[in-house]
Parts: sequence; structure tokens; C-alpha cells
Amino acid sequence: MIPGTFAYHRPTTIGSAVALLIELGEDARPLAGGHSLIPLMKTRLASPEHLIDLAGIDGLSGIARSDDDIVIGAMTTQHSLIGSSLLSELAPIIRETSLMIADPQIRYKGTIGGNCANGDPGNDMPALMQCLNARYALTGNEGSREVLARDFYLGAYETALAAGEILTAVRIPVPAAGHGYAYEKLKRKVGDYATAAAAVMITMAGDTCMSVSIGLTNVAETPLWAEEAGRLLVGTKLDEGSVASAVAAAEAITDPASDMRGPADYRTKMAGVMLRRALERARSRATA
Amino acid sequence: MTKSHIKVTINGKAVEALVEPRTLLIHFLREQQNLTGAHIGCDTGHCGACTVDIDDMSVKSCMTFAVQADGASITTIEGMANADGTLSALQEGFRMMHGLQCGYCTPGMILRAHRLLQENPDPTEDEIRHGIAGNLCRCTGYVNIVKAIQYAAAKINGTPFQEAAE
Repeated sequence: MIPGTFAYHRPTTIGSAVALLIELGEDARPLAGGHSLIPLMKTRLASPEHLIDLAGIDGLSGIARSDDDIVIGAMTTQHSLIGSSLLSELAPIIRETSLMIADPQIRYKGTIGGNCANGDPGNDMPALMQCLNARYALTGNEGSREVLARDFYLGAYETALAAGEILTAVRIPVPAAGHGYAYEKLKRKVGDYATAAAAVMITMAGDTCMSVSIGLTNVAETPLWAEEAGRLLVGTKLDEGSVASAVAAAEAITDPASDMRGPADYRTKMAGVMLRRALERARSRATA
Repeated sequence: MTKSHIKVTINGKAVEALVEPRTLLIHFLREQQNLTGAHIGCDTGHCGACTVDIDDMSVKSCMTFAVQADGASITTIEGMANADGTLSALQEGFRMMHGLQCGYCTPGMILRAHRLLQENPDPTEDEIRHGIAGNLCRCTGYVNIVKAIQYAAAKINGTPFQEAAE
């Protein structure tokens, strides 16, 4: 399968990349790892006339702590996320989730920025970023603005990214010490998108749940932050009754498509099962 | 469409070439460089038969444009033998452990296993299986592929090779 013809650009600064995007308009697409876009181009479902490769721009990858945030450059690959000792220490759920994305080869190329900005409901990072209450830095010709991951996704492949803007970094508030975490993903095989998946971050004081945040992957046109389900758990001992109402509240906000991964009803139920398992595992990892 | 001028190092040799931006790396290697070791299996990024090593990363060359590799160092199966032409530990392992049947997935398996062993010189069976999760063998000969990688790891580490229980 051969993609259509296009012109290749490799700017060396974010400013020139933004200028190219503005100049070339809708005919241009930024290229990060390319492992979502290039397959689409090979099947001619996408035929951009210009590709703006972000790989030549210095400073777009890296993981660092900045005060109360973890800052991850958009071109940081999943392979780098997995190998980061900083993330393993402060936010190990990022490593756990990254290991469930695609396969080893793809994780060397796939980037956090691409995964977050693409807008594909099947991507795993968006729901995790909503769970972690991350902020995205969007850079355009008038500088950079921040948008909450919880506000970024408008529909399938529709995001708050304006024309001429590039997602350049992800900022994640450093999770509380002793938090529990889990990302549970049901997939048919390695490399598949989720039938349903759930990200959970939790803090406990003794047996009591002090805070919880829940993100759901691939059970609607956008990732879902299950705010109500989380609210139902705070202050409880995560007893069966409370968990059952939280699972029901989470299932209620899903609206999955029926596709080769299963009928909509099944995928909704699987979102509930993934949430239940993630809550259990997150709780077992929390130290009060 | 204007061609792009690229400079890459392939198996230690400097190469300059003109490529159309849309030329996939696998087509550049096979058709312009006559390096037909890397295979096109599924052409959709699932099977891993096209895996090559680019700047110390295992990459599926059917999902990368040749222009993206400008400036990079690439290793293919043709560059895997020892300098004196003898088989590398991995190649020897695949031979000794019958790690190939039809052989179609083998170049990708060996390139992926090469990077895996560079990053994790003494992997467990579980780590090997997860490490080659992006490579499919349609003969389903995974048991012997895992053994071949264990054989190579033992040889490189100078430790005795013990076959995993089946």
C-alpha cells in the first residue's frame, strides 16, 4: 500500500512548525510518531499534501519535574515513558498504561503528544490524562495556552486544538505520595485498542477512601472522566454497595459503538468490570 | 513530486539517496538498496516482519517513511552476522533451536530480539514473550523462537544454556 504524494517538511523550531501549519492550512498535518497517521495514509483514508515532521525540533521531548507538576514533552515516546525512573517513582500508572499500548516496536515511535492530540477514542493516554487532571500546552502563533485534558475532547477526532496549534507538552500535577493506581484494559490481543479500559487513582486514610479519580477509554466518542462515579466513593470504605453504585454511575455515562470488539451493551458492562478491577488493584496499592 | 536527499548509515555503510517523501523505509531498503532481508508481511504494522533497528530502536519499517530516517543509523538482518562472516549468537540460536520454519518472520524476530537483548541481556521467558509481542510467526513456532533467544542470551553472557520446560 502506497500513500499519496505529499511534501515533507522538517522544521527545527516550534515557531517555524506553527508558521508552516498556518501557511499550509488544512492540507498540512503535523507528524509525530506517525503510527496512527501513516497507516491511514497507506489506505488513503488520509491524504495530506504536506507533512510537518516534529522530530527535528529540539526540546519537544523529555520528562521533568517542575514544582508541583510533571512536565512531559509532546514527542516523548511511550518507550521513554516506560523507562523513566521519575515517572516510576511519582506516577507509575503512566508506565503501566504505556505498557498496554500497541507493541514494543510501536512504543519506540508512538508519542504522548500524538496519543493525546489525535482524538481517537481508542487511544489510551487521553482517559489517563483526564484521570490525572493533566493540562495540555497548545502552542500557536500567539504563544502557548493551556487546556485541561478534561475539556480537550469534543468528539471523535474533534478536539480543542485550534487551526495552527500544536500540542507541545503535557503537565500533570504530581500525584499524592502513597496513592494507589491501576489501569485495566480489556483487549482482544496485543496491539488492539481497548474493548473497554479504566484508569483509577486513589488515596486512602486507613480503610476510608479520601479521593478517587476515574477515566474510561474507548466507550464513547471521547475519553470519559467519570466524575459522579468518583464522588460516590469518596468517604466510603469501598464496600460492595458503594462500588456497585460507582460502577453503575460509570456505566451510565458510556455510549460505546457496536463494532468488532462487541455490541454496545457488552462494552458498557466491560467498562464496569474494568473499573471494578482497577478500583480493587488501586486500593491494594494505596498506602494510607 | 520533489525528491528528498537523504544520508543514512545502513549496516555500517554510509548511503546517500534521493527518495520520494512517500517512499516507505521498507520499500527504500528492499527496492533501492537491494536489502531484501526485511520482509513485508502484513503491510499494516501488525506482524513485525519488516522490523529493523534505527538508532537503537526496533522500528516497523512499513510504517516509517525513508525521509524520516535521514541522518539515522539503520541495521537490517544483512548486518547481523559477525564481522568475520560467522553467525551472530542470535542467528546461531535460531539455527540450533530450530527457531525458524518457513523463515518469513525470522529477520524481524532477530532484529527485535537483538534490541531486546541489548536492553535486557538476561531476560526471563516472560520478558522475551512480551518483548517479541510485536512480531507474529504464522507457523506459530514461538516455543523454539523463545528458546533461540534464550540460547543467544546465554551465549552472549557466557552462561550455560538451559532449555525452558515446555
